[in-house]
Amino acid sequence: MSSILAGDDSGGKKPIMLLRESYKGSGAFTLLNMSDIMETITMIEHENLDIRTITMGISLFDCSDPDIGVACDNVYDKIARRAEKLVSTGNEIEKEYGIPIINKRIAVTPISMIAASCRSHDYARFAFALDRAAAAVGVNFIGGYTALVHKGFSCADRQFLSTIPEALAGTQRVCSSVNIGTTRAGINMDAVALLGRIIRRAAELTADQDCVAATKLVVFCNAPEDNPFMAGAFHGPGEPECVINVGVSGPGVVRAALAKAGDCDLTGIADIVKKTAFKITRVGQLVAVEASKRLGVDFGIVDLSLAPTPAVGDSVARILEEMGLEHCGAHGTTAALALLNDAVKKGGVMASSHVGGLSGAFIPVAEDEGMIESARCGALSIEKLEAMTAVCSVGLDMIAIPGDTPAEIISAIIADEAAIGMVNNKTTAVRLIPAIGKSEGDELSFGGLFGTGPVMKVNRCSPARFIARGGRIPAPLQSLKN
Amino acid sequence: MRAVITVIGKDRVGIMAHVSSICSENSVNIVDVTQSVLQEFFTMVMLVELPAGGIPCGELADKMNVLGKDMSLEIHVMHEDIFNSMHRI
Repeated sequence: MSSILAGDDSGGKKPIMLLRESYKGSGAFTLLNMSDIMETITMIEHENLDIRTITMGISLFDCSDPDIGVACDNVYDKIARRAEKLVSTGNEIEKEYGIPIINKRIAVTPISMIAASCRSHDYARFAFALDRAAAAVGVNFIGGYTALVHKGFSCADRQFLSTIPEALAGTQRVCSSVNIGTTRAGINMDAVALLGRIIRRAAELTADQDCVAATKLVVFCNAPEDNPFMAGAFHGPGEPECVINVGVSGPGVVRAALAKAGDCDLTGIADIVKKTAFKITRVGQLVAVEASKRLGVDFGIVDLSLAPTPAVGDSVARILEEMGLEHCGAHGTTAALALLNDAVKKGGVMASSHVGGLSGAFIPVAEDEGMIESARCGALSIEKLEAMTAVCSVGLDMIAIPGDTPAEIISAIIADEAAIGMVNNKTTAVRLIPAIGKSEGDELSFGGLFGTGPVMKVNRCSPARFIARGGRIPAPLQSLKN
Repeated sequence: MRAVITVIGKDRVGIMAHVSSICSENSVNIVDVTQSVLQEFFTMVMLVELPAGGIPCGELADKMNVLGKDMSLEIHVMHEDIFNSMHRI
């Protein structure tokens, strides 16, 4: 009898109809092809295909209390209860399906919303409670020390923002984000001015640890409420009580597929990326549905992202180079990235029943081996990265800048990036790390997924007067689009 | 549930026998198997049925990993759904 795992090592497919008939109705099993099986295993073993994160979103709206001590206890208890089995379930799925699940994480309701009803303004206590809860359930990051101030500050927001440096410097696992603009509201330039100083302060407080606190702070325009990726994850106010969101990854798989394709034209390249993204996303969908079923929690979204890591073979920059650029950052990079980003979405959308989050190719400099090299050799500049963010997710991400960069320049970089997001109706973000005591050419080393950041050159012309004006940049026109 | 066991490594006597014995000892039924040897390189793909309430997939994977280490083989045990979802629409 012929094998139902029909096929041969050269990739030929020989489905045997009779056997197919005999397996009909016997469960989920359909014809598997040996070359397909080997392709999956190669992707996982040699091309770094993985599920980057299973992130549980937890609403904390029922945790607020005028007594900050009680509110913090409520927060801790709820997270510890809801996420008790998150890590063990993730590990079970990883083992059963043979697909690595790199991170299990938690996103919570923006803490500024929970903290607003407290009499005490010592909001950093919430960060310590989050940190303890994250440690108790075994997740490596918890996101949601967050404020949404795109149109203005509520009474607690300014105070809350001022606690961010201390909260990040005093915790290991807590991530913070601030939304300072949207397409509908415009950009809150008072918040932008404030955040330049906050980012500097966070870096200064952790200058002896390579300024690590700044790696855990993201400034958004058009922040998504269901993003599973850190450091920008939070559980938006429109989200359900508890939800599972999954972020996939696989730059190495895409690059390997392009390498195999050889000298095809760019239509062919887009096609290969789409097909590969489809396969990657299907794994994400499978894991997301399985995790939500086992945890008894709603399935939220799959985030269709190409998320790089500092590991060799897991780089978005190398995909662009595979398309034919000498270095990421060369002229042509923006076009190549636009093609890649669009094809990833086209391939992924059909593979998942709900798509959301950031969904696109990430370009975090310090977390991408190819980008690190491009930045080191001078091929990649902040200005080029800014152009790239107009066509991909997410923004100026994980970029080390000279330690003496004034706060108003940081604010102006945020304003530029937010303007791109606001006008183009997309999410943009800024995660800059002022390398205190270091200058261009030096490096910061964060270790793990955060990688190594070469300190990049910043334009020193002063935007001080522009930033000091404050106020709001009005929301852009949504018609007359030429 | 069904799982796919893949074995890759240098060919030697007894690979299939060892993998099959672990299956048999744990009441795991072999539904199908395909195997080839190319230039001393052994590859095998086995489709197995794990009994309801019997050995969990993760535990079978652990046992196969131990065997893989002993025999210098790369052995994976994976739920068949991962292949179905990637390669079938």
